[in-house]
Amino acid sequence: MVKKPKVASWYDPIIKAHGTPRPLFRNCFVAFIFGGALCAVAEYFQLLISQIPGVSDKDAASIVMVIVIALAALLTGLGVFDKIAQQVGAGLAVPITGFANSITSSTLEFKSEGYVLGSGCNGFKLAGAVIFFGIGSAVVVALIELILGIV
Amino acid sequence: MMSGNIGRQGQSWIFSVPPTLIAAAAIGGPKEGKGPLGADFDYLFADNRDGQESFEQMEQKMLQIACEMAIAKAGCVVNDIDFFLCGDLLNQITSSGFTARALSRPYFGLFAACATSMEGVILGSLLIASGAANKIICAAGSHTCTAERQFRYPNEYGCQKPPQSQYTTTAAGAAVIGSEEGTIKITAVTTGRVVDLGVTDSFNMGGAMAPAFADTITAHLLQRGVSADYYDLILSGDLGRVGRDIALDLLYRRGIVLNEHRYVDCGCLIYGDDKSVFAGGSGCGCVASVSFGHIYRRLMTGELNRVLIAATGALLSPTSSQQKQSIPGISHAVALERIKQ
Repeated sequence: MVKKPKVASWYDPIIKAHGTPRPLFRNCFVAFIFGGALCAVAEYFQLLISQIPGVSDKDAASIVMVIVIALAALLTGLGVFDKIAQQVGAGLAVPITGFANSITSSTLEFKSEGYVLGSGCNGFKLAGAVIFFGIGSAVVVALIELILGIV
Repeated sequence: MMSGNIGRQGQSWIFSVPPTLIAAAAIGGPKEGKGPLGADFDYLFADNRDGQESFEQMEQKMLQIACEMAIAKAGCVVNDIDFFLCGDLLNQITSSGFTARALSRPYFGLFAACATSMEGVILGSLLIASGAANKIICAAGSHTCTAERQFRYPNEYGCQKPPQSQYTTTAAGAAVIGSEEGTIKITAVTTGRVVDLGVTDSFNMGGAMAPAFADTITAHLLQRGVSADYYDLILSGDLGRVGRDIALDLLYRRGIVLNEHRYVDCGCLIYGDDKSVFAGGSGCGCVASVSFGHIYRRLMTGELNRVLIAATGALLSPTSSQQKQSIPGISHAVALERIKQ
């Protein structure tokens, strides 16, 4: 890893004086409200679905997840997802919608390079990092549990 | 000194027999057509792909049409062109190479990011003034969908962009330059030095490139021996709203006061107040289409007489950016003047 260069000391205040800072508070607030609302609606549907005879609570959770993923993928394909995401940021990126969007957008983008070398190779271009570190941290946590269990 | 036609002052060449901007053409996409400069394009596409198999092919098609239209407007044929100078933003500048394949003329491929169009005008003018060529065509183009996915993320990826980020223009521009007589002359050109003040934020291109712009403007005015007021209009290429403010500040600190109304940025001009482009447009098609469309037309009608275009480029790549390298900026300036006949 290369060390990050620094902005020239005389130029740093100038660039900061003119740049509009990211509206962090606004972004966090909107993300909190939207993300929370999204999860509440999903939770409501999960409760509804679990009322169907023969559907367990676990099944209901899986069904809702599939619906949310499908909706996110559909909105990505329709070119709407990125426009909503610009407004609500982490409110869409943190729930599973963000993961679905990262795969769908990459798959669509690289379709022009073919199904195998394009979409196939690049579909997980962004989501790959999530899986890489997700599996990595899962292994670490499992090891800790194993060791604690023995002790 | 190559010949009696060119006098060099530091980074600048001042032509005693200035080359002529014979004709120019600008092509734009749908978003550009809806902007305030929509009427100044020679041809507008209603769709970002227009039936092409990929966005890359669309970018190449735009470049080729821009060249063909400029050649037609100049009243000549492709075989009259001695050299073709062209650049774009894709890896290995394939849009330019493929356009050169179609035109089948001696070709120089250029890359100076968003400053490519003016790099072409500078080199083309030098070729003409030195007598190495009688007529050349220079062009540059970019496409939002090809640039976004190469430099940032897939187009449909939901990433929240900061206010100082810019939007790559879908446009192309081409100009035919020659030794014959004409209304618009290229009187002086200034080749930029690479300036890097250590900015690493690839979403703040304006901040990264503004120092290069200030450097080139300072050099140009000093070496040509004129003040900023000499020009009716000074144009920067794609600094965006944030970069434009920084540029004004930097020049002010150097004792160069630019008139707010006579200094505009192509990136701010092309989309007007459209909020969806954040700080403004970028991409080498932006300066190319604004200069060879909007500005060229206003020079032809006599609405403007002296214009200085300083295109700015950020010489980064996705790799250099991920390796935490800072962003080197460059700015190339070209003075276009209407000669009364």
